[in-house]
Amino acid sequence: MARIDLDHIRHSYLRNPVKDSDFALKEVHQSFDDGAAYALLGPSGCGKTSLLNIISGLLQPSRGRLLFDGEDVTALSPEQRNIAQVFQFPVIYDTMTVYDNSAFPLRNRGFSEVDVDRRVRETLEMIDLGDRANRKARGLTADQKQKISLGRGLVRSDVNAILFDEPLTVIDPHMKWVLRSQLKQLHKRFGYTMVYVTHDQTEALTFADTVVVMYEGEIVQIGTPSELFERPSHTFVGYFIGSPGMNLLPVELDGASARLGSRVIALPGAMKSAGAAKTELGIRPEYVRLGREGLPVAIRAVEDIGRHKIVRATLEGRELAAIVPEHGEIPAEPRVTFDPKGINIYADSWRQELVA
Amino acid sequence: MERTRNNKARFLVLPVLLLVAFSAIIPLMTVVNYSVQDTFGNNVFFWAGLDWFDELLHSPRFWQALARNLVFSGIILAIEVPLGILIALNMPKAGWGVPACLVLMALPLLIPWNVVGMIWQVFGRVDIGLLGKTLSLLGIDYNYVQDPVDARITIIVMDVWHWTSLVVLLCYAGLVSIPDAYYRAAKIDGASRWSVFRYIQLPKMHRVLLIAVLLRFMDSFMIYTEPFVVTGGGPGNETTFLSIDLVKMAVGQFDLGPAAAMSLVYFLIVMLLSWVFYTVMTNYGRES
Repeated sequence: MARIDLDHIRHSYLRNPVKDSDFALKEVHQSFDDGAAYALLGPSGCGKTSLLNIISGLLQPSRGRLLFDGEDVTALSPEQRNIAQVFQFPVIYDTMTVYDNSAFPLRNRGFSEVDVDRRVRETLEMIDLGDRANRKARGLTADQKQKISLGRGLVRSDVNAILFDEPLTVIDPHMKWVLRSQLKQLHKRFGYTMVYVTHDQTEALTFADTVVVMYEGEIVQIGTPSELFERPSHTFVGYFIGSPGMNLLPVELDGASARLGSRVIALPGAMKSAGAAKTELGIRPEYVRLGREGLPVAIRAVEDIGRHKIVRATLEGRELAAIVPEHGEIPAEPRVTFDPKGINIYADSWRQELVA
Repeated sequence: MERTRNNKARFLVLPVLLLVAFSAIIPLMTVVNYSVQDTFGNNVFFWAGLDWFDELLHSPRFWQALARNLVFSGIILAIEVPLGILIALNMPKAGWGVPACLVLMALPLLIPWNVVGMIWQVFGRVDIGLLGKTLSLLGIDYNYVQDPVDARITIIVMDVWHWTSLVVLLCYAGLVSIPDAYYRAAKIDGASRWSVFRYIQLPKMHRVLLIAVLLRFMDSFMIYTEPFVVTGGGPGNETTFLSIDLVKMAVGQFDLGPAAAMSLVYFLIVMLLSWVFYTVMTNYGRES
């Protein structure tokens, strides 16, 4: 296990990157703590897989250094870095048995067959494939194949980190849940440093202690699932996380109040700095209260999704979603109020602290 | 609900059936017909029963030609398959080199077979051929017209030159279909170059290799044009393969009965061996 430091890492797929826009991965300066589980969350093409491949050594960063426990490993090969990586599509050696698949990395490193046998049996027990050791790997289901890929990493007891690149893409929905909880368990029991890339917020939020949200080649927020939910530091995090995402309303600020069209919304405080080109008010549908008081809205649709209803409405010509409890009443002349603790103010897409 | 039953659609198969009948079944039956009769021309036929088959299977000429065929096919497979894999492994996977290599590989396959024969016939000539002349200037005694070993080597080299690229192209297709993640995983697992080949590339090429071996076996077993042009089956009968012998018998000597019997036996051998190859290779894949 190791602590991973990304020291001013940048990457470009161009040969001679000059401008900021040449970089697919803008500067990342970040540490991943030893034994913690991280999720890299973001849409396709945001640079999360590039970042993962830089950690594993499959990709050389254009700029910056990578440190494992303070030791510079930027120039080392993936094999020398001693990490494990599980890919989007299961990679197994078709012609080998489950046992031989797991033994492969050890045999390549010249371990004695006694050690190999001990480690492989332990690992197969860990990933719950002990009874299939002598089966051909190719006949297994996708989730079992993914476990073999994982097993090839776990078998090396001194592995520095386990990296996952959207590992549940091809797994059946109900097995996704099983596999994810097994991963969590492995993490709890053995304390591996894990980095998990995904574009699925549920996966990220349930798997990791800390979620790193990436957008257009940079990290926009690092935090616990609840921080990401309550205090998204970038509008992207606001609408990417949550279902439906955060409502964003363009407003004009005036001290501790915001003006939306002809309406005025009271804020819990005033923004410290001024002079932003674009200011927005962000509020999650969970904090929008539908009732007989407040700002008048026009309801466009009501989606009943079981435990609660999503009300799609229009406020001052802007779309607004609100979550109403299952048996919540929808008045004939609906109005909304915003719960002050759910209000976030964004200047040029970045969250601003409000002072009362 | 009442459903109309109408099987008239089956008549749509009729044109294909007719086509196959005229192009394959009827000609084959003609051969069967010849093989059990004797004729001296003028459309006069005598019943011969299985005499021609009996005679064929007891003639050393047939067995020698068959042996030549088998040895030839064995040798060219042993050369072309490994060589083809080796070249495919070293071909570029991206960039301008890809189309360049593909064109280069496709070239020998596009040349008409008798032209291939002509090229090598001239290339190997001791008086004017680039290869033959060079070898004799180097003091190597090479003459495919007179020396049986030289003749065989020439035919084999020619076949390797002509057909290795087929194996290359098939293997290359198999190689480029391997997802990048496999190589990445192998890197992380610390696999050697040989392990990557043995456990990733070879298993993924298994299917295309099966096709390559089958095609090359069948084609080489039926080889006719190229050796006919280069050596004409000589010196003596040293490069007389079954097909060349068959044409000699049917066209040269006008022995239609024996030639027909030989055609059928030849056909059965090709089918049988192809079936054996196919069964062995598919079963091997399933078990391992």
